[in-house]
Amino acid sequence: MPAVQETVERVRRIDVDQYRYGFETQIESDKAPKGLSEDTVRFISAKKNEPAWMLEWRLEAYRRWLTMTEPTWARVDYPKIDYQDIYYYAAPKPKKTLSSIDEIDPEILKTYEKLGIPLREVAILEGVEPPPGGPQTPNRKIAVDAVFDSVSVATTFQKELKAAGVIFMPISEAIREHPELVQKYLGTVVPTSDNYFATLNSAVFSDGSFVYVPPGVRCPMELSTYFRINERNTGQFERTLIIADKGSYVSYLEGCTAPQRDENQLHAAVVELVTLDDAEIKYSTVQNWYPGNSEGKGGIYNFVTKRGDCRGRNSKISWTQVETGSAITWKYPSCILRGDNSSGEFYSIAISNGFQQVDSGTKMIHLGKNTSSRIISKGIAAGKSQNTYRGLVSAHRKATGARNYTACDSLLIGDKCGAHTVPYVEAKNSSATFEHEATTSKISEDVLFYCIQRGLSQEEAVGLVVNGFVKDVLQQLPMEFAVEAQKLISISLEGSVG
Amino acid sequence: MSLLEVKDLKVRVEEREILHGLSLTVNPGQVHAIMGPNGSGKSTLSHVIAGKPGYEVTGGQILFKGEDLLEMDPNERAAKGVFLAFQYPVEIPGVTTWNFLHAALNAQRKARGEDEISSPAFLKKVREVAKSLNIPQDMLKRGVNVGFSGGEKKRNEILQMALFEPAVCILDEMDSGLDIDALRIAADGVNALRSPERAMVVITHYQRLLNYIVPDVVHVMSKGRVVKSGGKELALELEESGYAQFEDAA
Ligand SMILES: Nc1ncnc2c1ncn2[C@@H]1O[C@H](COP(=O)(O)OP(=O)(O)O)[C@@H](O)[C@H]1O
Ligand SMILES: [Mg+2]
Repeated sequence: MPAVQETVERVRRIDVDQYRYGFETQIESDKAPKGLSEDTVRFISAKKNEPAWMLEWRLEAYRRWLTMTEPTWARVDYPKIDYQDIYYYAAPKPKKTLSSIDEIDPEILKTYEKLGIPLREVAILEGVEPPPGGPQTPNRKIAVDAVFDSVSVATTFQKELKAAGVIFMPISEAIREHPELVQKYLGTVVPTSDNYFATLNSAVFSDGSFVYVPPGVRCPMELSTYFRINERNTGQFERTLIIADKGSYVSYLEGCTAPQRDENQLHAAVVELVTLDDAEIKYSTVQNWYPGNSEGKGGIYNFVTKRGDCRGRNSKISWTQVETGSAITWKYPSCILRGDNSSGEFYSIAISNGFQQVDSGTKMIHLGKNTSSRIISKGIAAGKSQNTYRGLVSAHRKATGARNYTACDSLLIGDKCGAHTVPYVEAKNSSATFEHEATTSKISEDVLFYCIQRGLSQEEAVGLVVNGFVKDVLQQLPMEFAVEAQKLISISLEGSVG
Repeated sequence: MSLLEVKDLKVRVEEREILHGLSLTVNPGQVHAIMGPNGSGKSTLSHVIAGKPGYEVTGGQILFKGEDLLEMDPNERAAKGVFLAFQYPVEIPGVTTWNFLHAALNAQRKARGEDEISSPAFLKKVREVAKSLNIPQDMLKRGVNVGFSGGEKKRNEILQMALFEPAVCILDEMDSGLDIDALRIAADGVNALRSPERAMVVITHYQRLLNYIVPDVVHVMSKGRVVKSGGKELALELEESGYAQFEDAA
């Protein structure tokens, strides 16, 4: 049964009392004043009832940040950000509720339709309230229950996870409930001093997820099912920490193919992954933030630091990303291959259209013996966009037998866009074998015409060719998202030709 | 009414006139052969009928079932039943043949206001068609034309022709690059698709193909014009005396 269907079934089973209970959420209205100071950091920490050590940690990051300057090496260009003109804390605002699906912007509905997301899920994602007196149709009921019931759904999933011993909760809760775990791992992969945006995040992070999978446990579900329904409002400074203890496995999917709008222009998330001996984390992202309008105005700046530490021997971390949104993407999900025989993977599809700027890639840092890494990057540039792959593969002096394979393919649609490949290779160990392949191609007129002669529209033809181009990467995604991601890719390239 | 009517067609490519007033009338059930030396404009004609960008029509018209074909987008022409079997079918890596055919068929059906065909129903249909043309099922799972032999590429074109059931099929140099066995198999496929409602325009450089696909009408093209038309015996005549005699006529 597809995960989404399963969720709906679960919702159906939850009884009414529980549902009422779940509905009682508190709505806070506080907002920190604009701007960033020690007081802002204290305010955020106090709001979250954080222990003193957490506040100290944040403050240290903040002081560090004051000494840093914004990086300029990426191939992206944007007006200077005024960090004093940003709100750093706002209690999650409830989504504007709509009384029926007809109130949803038809443009957005169209996108959902193209994505093949069923209407009842659209209602969930867009927050449609039931009419007073209860829902009228069984279908409507499911959707509406689920909106109110995200807490109950979460509870159901939580039970199952708990039985397996998996800890999965907002990081703000984990800080209070599992301080020993958080303290042991937080900031050990991405230190507070790591880079400008990560340091900023460390000072002011709003919320995010915490996952701990105990030794020998295979997480009983994709940790994606949950998000789809329980779309969280974690704000612009998301912080995620995932620990896979010895011999455990977890697959985690963040994001959504549905269009994501946010009033906050600056997003600076940090994700840290840790795998101990023989453990594996598979982390997939589908990112569809608002890319800005057709003139290149607006849109999200996505400055993300994602890093995994293969701390134990034989451990594995795999990143898969489908990036179609954001005005600016600055993102390099990386692997530190510390444990002997550990391996890292990076599969990426980065699509840019309109005026989007993407500078993304990965770092594979080989430290342990016999470590291996694999990078498959597919960049697609259309419109007037710029798409850069930036990757580092390095082998430490002691990393005997390090192996890397990199394949970097770029596809250009039209002649006003650019694709760039910037690979850095550092092998300090002579036994390292690094292979690098790169291609840049254009969608040929002949291929397009062939498809069109068979009845496809220009856009369908481009979508088809592009989906063929990215197939190796799409196959890495959990099944139900692969199908949606495929549609998302076609949608994000609309208007790119002709 | 004739199915396809090309009237005094003049076409330019990059400021140079390639077709200088070409006329052709094709009726349902007929097979027309267009023969001519390399560079005489045969592919240009097929591309203009199919609507390939890059050609400027400076005069004349093309009617399909009485409608102005030149006014239609190329995918619209496909949906209405114009099919071009390409001289050089392209490769589309990562897109399986059966996926491609499914998407194309549904696009055509949608354009005609018909229901889309579901994956299982399509799979059944395409398997049947493949079987009737002796095409191995395995080919359907491979990337479109990727790593196909010359013969396989041509057979894939015929498979599509059988699947889409077009009203007019234009086959551009179907015989190029095929050995005699592959040619025979491809020709059998084409012959199986001959029907009283359907017309075919078989473009070829050599008479050989016409031993297998026997035409009703043969046109000789030279330097952007039809210089002679006749019955199937005209092809044999050409085989003996060559194109040289027509070079002056053009
Ligand atoms: N895209 C093009 N650009 C420039 N010249 C072209 C183009 N396509 C065809 N031609 C020219 O038009 C003439 C006819 O070509 P074509 O239609 O391919 O002939 P045939 O198929 O009979 O061999 C040739 O002289 C060829 O060089
Ligand atoms: Mg030709």
